[in-house]
Amino acid sequence: MTSLFALVLAAILGLLAVASAIGFILQRRATEPGSVATVHNLNARIRSWWIMVAIFGGAILLGDTAVVILFAFLSFMALREFWTLTPSRRGDHLALFLSFFVVLPVHYVLLGTLWYGLFAIFIPVYAFLILPAVATLTGDVNEFLARSARVQWGLMLTVYSISHAPALLMLQTGTPSALLLVYLVIVVQLSDVFQYVWGKLLGKHRFSPNISPSKTLEGLIGGGASAILVGTLLYRLTPFSPLQAAAVSTVIVVAGFFGGFVLSAIKRDLNAKDWGYVIEGHGGVLDRLDSITFAAPLFFHIVRYWFTT
Amino acid sequence: MIPVIRRLLVLFVRIMVGARSEWRGCSPDTRRRIYFANHNSHVDTVAVMAALPYQVRRLTHPVAARDYWGTSAFRRFIAEKGLRAVLIDRKPLPDSNPLEPLERLLEEGRSILIFPEGTRSATEEIAPFRSGIYRLACRFPDVDLIPIHLDNLQRILPKGSWLIVPITCTARFGKPLRVEPGEEKNAFLARARAAVIELADGGAAR
Repeated sequence: MTSLFALVLAAILGLLAVASAIGFILQRRATEPGSVATVHNLNARIRSWWIMVAIFGGAILLGDTAVVILFAFLSFMALREFWTLTPSRRGDHLALFLSFFVVLPVHYVLLGTLWYGLFAIFIPVYAFLILPAVATLTGDVNEFLARSARVQWGLMLTVYSISHAPALLMLQTGTPSALLLVYLVIVVQLSDVFQYVWGKLLGKHRFSPNISPSKTLEGLIGGGASAILVGTLLYRLTPFSPLQAAAVSTVIVVAGFFGGFVLSAIKRDLNAKDWGYVIEGHGGVLDRLDSITFAAPLFFHIVRYWFTT
Repeated sequence: MIPVIRRLLVLFVRIMVGARSEWRGCSPDTRRRIYFANHNSHVDTVAVMAALPYQVRRLTHPVAARDYWGTSAFRRFIAEKGLRAVLIDRKPLPDSNPLEPLERLLEEGRSILIFPEGTRSATEEIAPFRSGIYRLACRFPDVDLIPIHLDNLQRILPKGSWLIVPITCTARFGKPLRVEPGEEKNAFLARARAAVIELADGGAAR
């Protein structure tokens, strides 16, 4: 695994170096206020990519436990961003406390101890039953159904879905499972990056101004196709044949696209532009992981049902 | 040892509630100032302190109620050593000046942080301000009063609970105000309260 991973890491670092160089040149050329702002944001994004690659790459090199802890922390940050924007009432307090400090850690411990049977149902069955039950104890029936749904969906998106990325480490496919995680993250994130680049270069037709004003049809098609191409070329990281890799990348890209879209729709509903502020140029953790929330479970199940030994 | 505890306290608060700062109407400054904020929860003193940059924080003393923070050795330690707080009496004896320790700090060139609502309110509503802030403003007419709005605190640690939910709290610092010549107490208190409320807008939308 290490030699293949080292190769991929070297390629990513090379790509980042090229991106930084382009950003530097653009910065010297930009004169209009509009383009200065765009280039500034671009460079902030690139800087953040260096840090994200260092953290994620470092965790992979440190091993499975480090990866699980990293994702538990990311889920924590994402859940916090979710609740910072989402309204809650006094009657939800205990349910929220349990979400952060019981459900999230227990779920990741189940993942870390490879207890797949309980991992798969702990949140969507037990947490979903127990948390509304706890919320009844305060006797606040105001918007009870909507409040329960928010508590449940917060966990579903930020903990359950995201955790399916590190859950790939559980799978025995004959290839190093850490590389499956690397593959998923590369395809999802490149799809986002390519959509951004294609959209900036030749985007004209807005895809859905209501939900995601910056997404264009050109960005979507160009970005998706480029990511699927890279996903196909990287088939050696996985147990897939090139054709299977193309199909699986297509699923990842489409799911990732809807993940970003659904999370954007929630943001619009809550009147927010970004989920948070911790990643310069990107917004919050949830802004960066929105595509993963939908892509990770699908990718996980595809690999689990068809490619495990 | 105490400085280490202070740092750890701030780090803990930053992890638990984010304790972000947003400087809207002014910028961080080490000049003596009177900071005043809305009061919803036990975390808000630490949240403001953690949101201040170190250079400002070390010169700023929050005001805490003696009848709460002075009741046990642990609370006293956290308040006086951890946060450099001054404990004052909410129900002072007649003929005593409860603001005396604050005036002394301001005279020494230090900044203070007060919660003019007096007590933690049980709702998101900001209670009417008590008169202490007016008396300080009259006594120190050349000191800037900085309004602060803290959001989400009600949801982080509501009154009556000891369970902290780690939602991010933002401390928004507004435009400085001073008591105007001849301004009456109630007019000033209403203006100061309005300055805090004004900062509340679009907490979620930003």
